Amino acid sequence: MSGGAGRRSTLPGFGLTMGLTLTWLSVIILIPLAGLFLKTFELSLDQFWVILTSRRTLNALKISFGLAFAAAMVNLVMGTVIVWALVRYRFPGRRLFDAIVDIPFALPTAVAGVALTSLFAQTGWLGAPLAELGIKVAFTPVGIFVAMIFIGIPFVVRTVQPVLIDLDVEIEEAAASLGANRWHTVSKVILPSLIPALLTGFALAFARAVGEYGSVIFIAGNLPNVSEIAPLLIVIRLSEFRYADATAIAVVMLVASFLIIFAVNRIQRWAQTRIPAH
Amino acid sequence: MTNTPQISSTSARDDLRTEPRFIRGLVIAMAVIFLTVFVVLPLVVVFAQAFSKGVGAYFAALSDPEALSAIRLTLMVAVISVGLNLVFGLVAAWAIAKFDFRGKTFLISLIDLPFSVSPVISGLVFVLLFGAQGFWGPWLQSHDVHVLFAVPGIALATIFVTFPFVARALIPLMQEQGTQEEEAAISLGASGLQTFFRVTLPNIKWGVLYGVLLCNARAMGEFGAVSVVSGHIRGETNTMPLLVEILYNEYQFVSSFAIASLLAMLALITLVAKTILERHLDEGPSPSGD
Repeated sequence: MSGGAGRRSTLPGFGLTMGLTLTWLSVIILIPLAGLFLKTFELSLDQFWVILTSRRTLNALKISFGLAFAAAMVNLVMGTVIVWALVRYRFPGRRLFDAIVDIPFALPTAVAGVALTSLFAQTGWLGAPLAELGIKVAFTPVGIFVAMIFIGIPFVVRTVQPVLIDLDVEIEEAAASLGANRWHTVSKVILPSLIPALLTGFALAFARAVGEYGSVIFIAGNLPNVSEIAPLLIVIRLSEFRYADATAIAVVMLVASFLIIFAVNRIQRWAQTRIPAH
Repeated sequence: MTNTPQISSTSARDDLRTEPRFIRGLVIAMAVIFLTVFVVLPLVVVFAQAFSKGVGAYFAALSDPEALSAIRLTLMVAVISVGLNLVFGLVAAWAIAKFDFRGKTFLISLIDLPFSVSPVISGLVFVLLFGAQGFWGPWLQSHDVHVLFAVPGIALATIFVTFPFVARALIPLMQEQGTQEEEAAISLGASGLQTFFRVTLPNIKWGVLYGVLLCNARAMGEFGAVSVVSGHIRGETNTMPLLVEILYNEYQFVSSFAIASLLAMLALITLVAKTILERHLDEGPSPSGD
């Protein structure tokens, strides 16, 4: 049903448009990215290794990847809860809350950053009551975690939502009529068919949080080795004119995000073969 | 988009397909509380802070020369990057959606690349090309050409991060519409450009608007990439998001949040417009003979 595989087009302009596409793609994306890798090759393997295993770099990478993973886990669980509520239940304001999910996509990251900081600072609406409980959020690693949860939630919701909507209701009815109780139907029938979408949403949220800068740096506190994320360390190294250090960290992050995207593509392909398209 | 009218249609069998009342309430409460705390409150805080010293202070902050210069620069960069990416998106979508060739999936994933690159790295790549220690830095310096810490660098970084939006909005839409209408126009003697402007463009107009809308929102709001290449020269190379940061770090909270409120309104308007466009796209003229 996908529009005419193998059909030869009689339309004009393929050479011209393809040529322009490849040129513009090379100028804006491919050459600049290639420059990054080229710059890395100016380093010897030893230098590269020394930069990456320095305490500050390792800690920054650990903070970015570790907290991004934790935040993506929260997004996975809460995203599923949100999708379930939005798709399966009727409640007042449902459409509004559905629209609200997209705000982290649309809100510029710097705005999200100052807003979250102001909200969770010790004098903020949420920061003040939390401080009384002895919980400090802003200017600690917890703040980074909170910002990453904010930025990642739409990824899980928007990948899982269409799949749950399209899920065949008859399977559920069959399970129920065969005597499965509701919990078994949900955990053994519905959730397994959501797994590819859940994994994709998790991976996208994780990838976004690892590279996130704007919404994190305000609330993070940015203390080296404690609350300094890897993207910020790149910026700091650049401002010190230590281009090699900045590049080495960037290459590691870039390769990691390529691997995640590759994994997502594999998951998608696996999902397509697993569940035959209707 | 998220309508599911098939639920709640039948009665007795419904009990088998839904959860106990208590669970339902719990799930809804968790979803609503989570979204309120993590999404609604940050948005409300922006406006509360912006107006915390009254309406007068708010408008005074926005009419500050530095604010006006940031707004001007943001608009200019958005026009440049949206314009160029619109042309590229149309050209790329024509090549990719209307023809079959090997490596199509790979080409699409190359176009998607900027989505998976950290904003900071998107800026860094241009510093490595044009910076003082960069590949072309020395040459540019000796010829007195300013790319970094000037408008061209900011525009380049913005074009990089907004690169996929228009193309990604158009490719699936144009693939779905097929090539029959265009082939008919060509066989009736229309030229390639006539076909594009009279047949293709009217069919994809909502998709074009959709791509431009998302591209523009990101272009105006981009922070990380622009921050790396801007140099933060006051009154010259600060876009609105950068000014939000500078004012915030100087504890000028009303001014910072006033600028932030403009960007937040842009985000809200974008979301509303996006919802409207999605409705048009869902109902859009389906390709004839399907």
